[in-house]
Amino acid sequence: MERALFYLFGGLAVLGSLWMITRRNPLSSALSLVVVFISLAGLYAMLDAHLLFVVQLWVYAGAVMVLVLFVIMLLNLREESAHPIGLGRFLVGAVVVAVAAWKAFAVLSGARAEAPAVSKEFGSVAAVAEILFTRYVVQFQIIGVLLLAVVVAVVVLAKRSEPDEASEGGDGRPA
Amino acid sequence: MVGLHEYLILSGVLFVIGAVGVLTRSNGLILFMSLELMLNAVNLTFVALARYTGQLEGHVFVFLVTAVAAAEAAIGLAIFVSLFRLHRSINVDQMNAMGD
Repeated sequence: MERALFYLFGGLAVLGSLWMITRRNPLSSALSLVVVFISLAGLYAMLDAHLLFVVQLWVYAGAVMVLVLFVIMLLNLREESAHPIGLGRFLVGAVVVAVAAWKAFAVLSGARAEAPAVSKEFGSVAAVAEILFTRYVVQFQIIGVLLLAVVVAVVVLAKRSEPDEASEGGDGRPA
Repeated sequence: MVGLHEYLILSGVLFVIGAVGVLTRSNGLILFMSLELMLNAVNLTFVALARYTGQLEGHVFVFLVTAVAAAEAAIGLAIFVSLFRLHRSINVDQMNAMGD
């Protein structure tokens, strides 16, 4: 049962991501990425990561993808014209991918391990919060500062409307 | 029971697909989505290793990575909107000038 679910979610994730990088319409890409995120959420649930299951659905499949879809529709992007990549570029890419896949497969298939029994609390909000707010509280605070900086930066970026303003180098102030 | 190596190989496959997307596509948004895919592949590694070692640190880091990815999404998409206003296109192959 668990194996069947793993292959279902894993297969969906791989197919969805392949579909994403091969579509010319950005909208199809974005929707197949949603499929990938949801299947990854399923895998998280199988791995007893209950908090991350919800976070994945909310933040990735929800917030991030809504933002992406919104931008795609706002920019009204047309389909990318087909531009076949050159043979040289293709060969370099194929060699890099083949070598990386071969090495990765050799290393990773050696990592066989049995999952230890964990308590029912493993991956719950309380358990993750306890460690997040004690040992990793500094990192948590840094994330807060980062999000604040992002809010300010996005407002600055989105507010400027004059096209030639960016060529002045910009002092960061909105128009 | 699914073994650890299966999760790791799956995440490696997703990471490589994302890398191929980054290297071959020229649409900025699809580039961005491929980057998100690569981040998610790494997240899967964290979660799988957390489960198979029985330690919760991996979950904390995935939480932090998710926050950074959300921040990156906001900034990246704002940059794309600005770029589109400037060039009427977000084809990254045409963006070879830093000034204008």
